[in-house]
Amino acid sequence: MVETGHFALVLAFALSLVQMTVPLFGSRLNNQRLMAVGGPVAVTGFALTALSFAALASAYANSDFSVASVWENSHSLQPMIYKITGTWGNHEGSMLLWVLILTFFGALVAAFGSNLPATLRANVLAVQGSIGAAFFLFILATSNPFIRLNPAPIEGRDLNPVLQDLGLAIHPPLLYLGYVGFSICFSFSVAALIEGRIDASWARWVRPWTLVAWMFLTGGIAMGSYWAYYELGWGGFWFWDPVENASFMPWLAGTALLHSAIVMEKRSALKIWTLLLAILTFSLSLLGTFLVRSGVLTSVHAFATDPTRGVFILCILTLFIGGSLALFALRASRLTAGGLFHPISREGALVLNNLFLTTATATVLVGTLYPLALEALTGDKISVGAPFFDLTFGPLMLPLLAIVPFGPLLAWKRGDVFAASQRLMAAFAVALAAMLVAGLFIDGASVFAALGIGLAVWLVAGALTDLAVKSGVGSVAPAVMFRRFAGLPRSVFGTALAHLGLGLTLLGIVATLSFGTEKILSMRAGETVELSGHTLRFVGLYPAQGPNYSEDRGRFELIGADGNAAGEITSAKRFFPVRQMTTTESGIRTLWFSQLYLSLGDENKDGSVVVRLWWKPLVTLIWGGGLVMMAGAAMSLMDRRLRVGAPSRRRKQASAVAPATLP
Amino acid sequence: MSARLSLTSIVLLLALLFAGTAMAVKPDEMLADPGLEARARALSEGLRCMVCQNQSIDESDADLARDLRILVRQRLVAGDTDQQVMDYVVSRYGEFVLLKPRFDLRNALLWGTPVMLLFIGGIFIALSARSRSTASTALSAEEQAALDKMLGN
Repeated sequence: MVETGHFALVLAFALSLVQMTVPLFGSRLNNQRLMAVGGPVAVTGFALTALSFAALASAYANSDFSVASVWENSHSLQPMIYKITGTWGNHEGSMLLWVLILTFFGALVAAFGSNLPATLRANVLAVQGSIGAAFFLFILATSNPFIRLNPAPIEGRDLNPVLQDLGLAIHPPLLYLGYVGFSICFSFSVAALIEGRIDASWARWVRPWTLVAWMFLTGGIAMGSYWAYYELGWGGFWFWDPVENASFMPWLAGTALLHSAIVMEKRSALKIWTLLLAILTFSLSLLGTFLVRSGVLTSVHAFATDPTRGVFILCILTLFIGGSLALFALRASRLTAGGLFHPISREGALVLNNLFLTTATATVLVGTLYPLALEALTGDKISVGAPFFDLTFGPLMLPLLAIVPFGPLLAWKRGDVFAASQRLMAAFAVALAAMLVAGLFIDGASVFAALGIGLAVWLVAGALTDLAVKSGVGSVAPAVMFRRFAGLPRSVFGTALAHLGLGLTLLGIVATLSFGTEKILSMRAGETVELSGHTLRFVGLYPAQGPNYSEDRGRFELIGADGNAAGEITSAKRFFPVRQMTTTESGIRTLWFSQLYLSLGDENKDGSVVVRLWWKPLVTLIWGGGLVMMAGAAMSLMDRRLRVGAPSRRRKQASAVAPATLP
Repeated sequence: MSARLSLTSIVLLLALLFAGTAMAVKPDEMLADPGLEARARALSEGLRCMVCQNQSIDESDADLARDLRILVRQRLVAGDTDQQVMDYVVSRYGEFVLLKPRFDLRNALLWGTPVMLLFIGGIFIALSARSRSTASTALSAEEQAALDKMLGN
């Protein structure tokens, strides 16, 4: 099975070479048969990559320690779920997942792209194939997951204990679906540049792909954030770490792309900018892959001592980013700029959105790369951490968030800010009230906290206003209003949901940071502690045995208002003997949208135990908002105009069949 | 091909950074004076744990972070101002410990990028909006000719 997988991987590489060349030549020679090769090759390449991935997963599931990657990252005693997720919990396997998703998206274009112009489809598949070829070569040359060990070891070295969590099953696949999904937008852009023209079908195709990738990336980032929150044991949810930034940059650029693609689709303006943004978004995905996979983040020196992988990815990076930007510089002037609009219009608002989002992306990029560049150039070492981003990224977001509710209420081409402001009066009043309540009635509220709460409520109320205005609340009879509401395009709901989700996330962040409380103390069994109105009693420390670890479980009882136990919270310290590592399993109790978070520390000499306890108000909204944003993207994807392809095809078939059935 | 620390995806980052007990500030380190302790916590959030990846000493459980936390508290008890404490720590460990790089010429590009980009982008948008509006008002010679023909002039 392992050799089958290895062979399939080599075949997939060979097919990607075919996919990258034959359709391209076909489009140059205007040869339909050569162009048509792209589709079947892309689908077969995906099938082979899937086979290869399945082979690796089965080696992990069966604990085949003759495979080096399995030996290094698995153990026979691990629960089955972690054996399987361990497949991508390491460098080699995660790169295989990367190309699996890349070929998956290529196959999707091949399968659903029959209504695309033939040359565009051929070129898109060729570009997608070239990305695949580069990464297949990378895997085979530097990161082959199928390398065998002889003699085979008896036992594996275990998966890193921190990764032995359900988060590993969800987070990387979602993240990669987003990250790599932007490759389609990239391929479409490069294909358009190769052809030297952008037509209507181009815009109609790029937007849904951007939406799909953005939806998964949003989910991946939110899931990763929640995972870090509960797994790391100190309740932080975002760290401005370079690795996080690596996934956040494509998200920011992708969000900008999503908005500029709307302008392009609806008004055929901003064509050239949208195309550039699509290239940049996937370039940031590639950059993220380089940062994470090359080891350059750990230290510039670690990178220099074993540069094979890093240099390889750097070459891929240079080739694709440099190549596509050079092509852009050559061809962009040929593309015609379209659609005129007044600065104060929906287009104008979206341009402003793009200005802030692009600047924010660049800020994160510079903050991430500056220490690396400085060390490489001068040898000086500096750190760029959360305080830097709070001071730069934060102020960039404030004006952007403040104008979000205006966007959907402005008309295309020429808008009326005064009319939009009038419609937003109610939302503004609600936000102002929330701000005053937060500032005056909550203990310890700072100006920042009050402003933040006000802004979050402004976003939520603004999103609801958009729906209310469009269904005619206040101007038509209730029956008409409900009919209008039900008849609104799904993309309108999508926009409202996404903006509402953004508001919820902001509310969660501000509430947790501003009103969260914390206690650090030593406790003995039987003692109680009180935090923000919640009383906890420490029951005691109990040893327990897991499948591949031993643990000390600290049991805590939540005491209700009547003095009786109202629930239990358990936090544990786990010891994994194979890796000689200890992890902390935090204890979390969700009360409405807030959480009581408890983390067990070391045992003191006198028998007491160090306990850290947090009250995190509205913290679940941070990730709940992410889910709402995802729902918004899904809703927008179901919009009628993105589904028009399907019924028209059916109609065509029906009309083709009809004459034959006539007597 | 060994399992090295260079495996740092978001996933593996977790493993890399936070292996071990994630228990930062301990009760025995804390100062009795709540005002001083609050200042110590605030300062700690801006200081990097030198052996960790972008983690502050307030969050880290590394021994070195603990030493640094205790050092900060000692200086505060000795009566230093916040600025004096930071200067002292930087004089001992270098600028690397600061999570917020200083505003100086070396870091000009770092701090300047957001402002510069916003400014340049804003000007660019303003200029293109203006050229667009002037372009839209004037008809080209061909358009004028076509219009004249249509109107029968």
